[in-house]
Amino acid sequence: MLFAIAWKNIWRNKVRSLVVIIAVMLGMWAGAFILAYIYGMIDQRLQDAIGSEVSHLQIHHPEYEKDNDPKYFITNSGEIIHDINNDPAVKDISGRVLAFGMVASPGKSFGGKFIGIDPASEDSVTQLSHNVTEGEYLSPEDKNKVIIGKKLAEKLKVKLRSKIVLTFQDIDGNIVAGAFRIIGIFQSYNSTLEESNLYVNQKDLSQLQNTNDNVHEIAILLKDADNVPLFQEKLTSKYPDLLTQGWKELAPELGFMIDSLDQYMIIFFVIILLALSFGIVNTMLMAVLERVREIGMLMAIGMNKWKLFGMISLETIFMVMIAAPLGLLFAFITIEYLGTNGLDMSGIYKEGYSAFGFKSVIYPQLETRYYFNIMILVAATAVLASIYPAITALRLDPVKAIRKI
Amino acid sequence: MKDDNHKNCVIHTEELSKIYDEGAVPVKAVNNVHLHIEKGEFTALVGPSGSGKTTLLNLLGGLDTPTSGKVWIHGKDLSTLSKNKLIDFRLHNIGFVFQAYNLIPVLTARENIEFVMLLQKESKKERKDRIEQLLKETGLEDQGDKKPSELSGGQQQRVAVARALASKPQFVLADEPTANLDSKTAGNLLDMMAKLNKDEGMTFIFSTHDQRVIDRARRVITLVDGAISNDEVRDTNKVTT
Repeated sequence: MLFAIAWKNIWRNKVRSLVVIIAVMLGMWAGAFILAYIYGMIDQRLQDAIGSEVSHLQIHHPEYEKDNDPKYFITNSGEIIHDINNDPAVKDISGRVLAFGMVASPGKSFGGKFIGIDPASEDSVTQLSHNVTEGEYLSPEDKNKVIIGKKLAEKLKVKLRSKIVLTFQDIDGNIVAGAFRIIGIFQSYNSTLEESNLYVNQKDLSQLQNTNDNVHEIAILLKDADNVPLFQEKLTSKYPDLLTQGWKELAPELGFMIDSLDQYMIIFFVIILLALSFGIVNTMLMAVLERVREIGMLMAIGMNKWKLFGMISLETIFMVMIAAPLGLLFAFITIEYLGTNGLDMSGIYKEGYSAFGFKSVIYPQLETRYYFNIMILVAATAVLASIYPAITALRLDPVKAIRKI
Repeated sequence: MKDDNHKNCVIHTEELSKIYDEGAVPVKAVNNVHLHIEKGEFTALVGPSGSGKTTLLNLLGGLDTPTSGKVWIHGKDLSTLSKNKLIDFRLHNIGFVFQAYNLIPVLTARENIEFVMLLQKESKKERKDRIEQLLKETGLEDQGDKKPSELSGGQQQRVAVARALASKPQFVLADEPTANLDSKTAGNLLDMMAKLNKDEGMTFIFSTHDQRVIDRARRVITLVDGAISNDEVRDTNKVTT
């Protein structure tokens, strides 16, 4: 009975109820969509970072991380790469020789990170060849050939076939230099990579650095991303003298963003729902105060306080619980559509996104559990928002209420 | 009430007073009223405006609490009941008819009548049978599915009477039930209540200014300044029917 009467009461003043319903719908839609936008952006950044930068796991000499001294390479890295690659959990693996130094064209010089790669394995780990927009990707036979980012090429004022000189330190601390011809120019959504990274053949860099075909970094992609902690443990116990790090340690800012998304969600929705709850309380208070006489009559004829409280509360809860699922349904449709087709933000602030390593086309996404969590928060808000109007109704004196005109 | 020796006693009050102390001067709305109403009475509380009719009615109905004195309904001292118990007591023992009908606008006539029985947790069959009976008795057989806004004032007041009777109360308190009705409609409503009183023995207590109601009452209690100034029990044969 209470359900039926509460439901009918909502529609006494259709316009007023619809205003509240639409406000809650919009709040839910906007909240869920923005959350999906942030989640999509972070997840995209994470996938890009794993797919083209840090991979799932990396192995280094424990001392290398401190000051990137080239003498701290991984001894017997060829065997280690071979062993790890035989593990069924591993999808792809790539060894890298690393050097930090100066890159100089005839007119300019800048700092850079030189990465000696095995072209085939690196491509399987980072899909680097896909980023080459001019010229060609490295092949194992190439000698003293380099691929550089478009932004760096512009800064150095060089183009394809230009020669540049890379100057860096060998393992003994001597300055060594090599002239390399540009055979490819790559572009990246991450402007930092495009300005700093240069890719050469592993053996070219290894020879100049004297690492004896050993690498400084082993990047590993796993078949299952959820397997990272377990596999990291396995490698740590298998190679106790080496430092094995997962992507959360390699890119802690990404790990933090992902881990704190739940907290963002709660804070974000509490703010939205707090704002909405004031509107809901105001509307319900109006609904109660304009039927003072009727409420007085209900108390007079025998409707007890619990039932009255329940009726007013149900009216509030119904309104919110009609609006919230509808708002979330619209949010789901929007998110699914844009999650497939993407939301192109390049017209607004492409450079800004790129500077922080984000792509300018965002694919919003939201895990199902977030919809449930939002509904729980909404239900709690509806219950809380219903209390004050219901208590106001209970405080009415039936004698005075019935006489009210 | 000292005991329940009056088997037919529905309402009994002793030294009942209600003083409003909200203004500069306390107002004695009901002043030391002793009242005894038996089952089957058709009683009118009359008096000029401000004489305390509605206040007395509210006290008898347990809607208001007396400043002093007590009200017994069917032997039960209302002052011993908590607020929630009192609401429950009203639900099962007292029917109310208000001057402004006070029906629930979102419910149909049938649902308005059913509402009280739902509060009483009556079975579906019991509710259905009683609704049909009450609609018939109040002459609203064809109006059951209409909402109050679709009914005339007289029809709405009939629904209100049917609702008051739905809970099978000990008595019905009606506060100026004909005040908003035209002469013919008021007459029809009074006929209907008189018939219910006669056929079912339902006790009715009215507060009224309306001479048509006073003419039909078998007992007329006149209030002046909150006190009973006259209590007239009429010869049944002289009552207008």
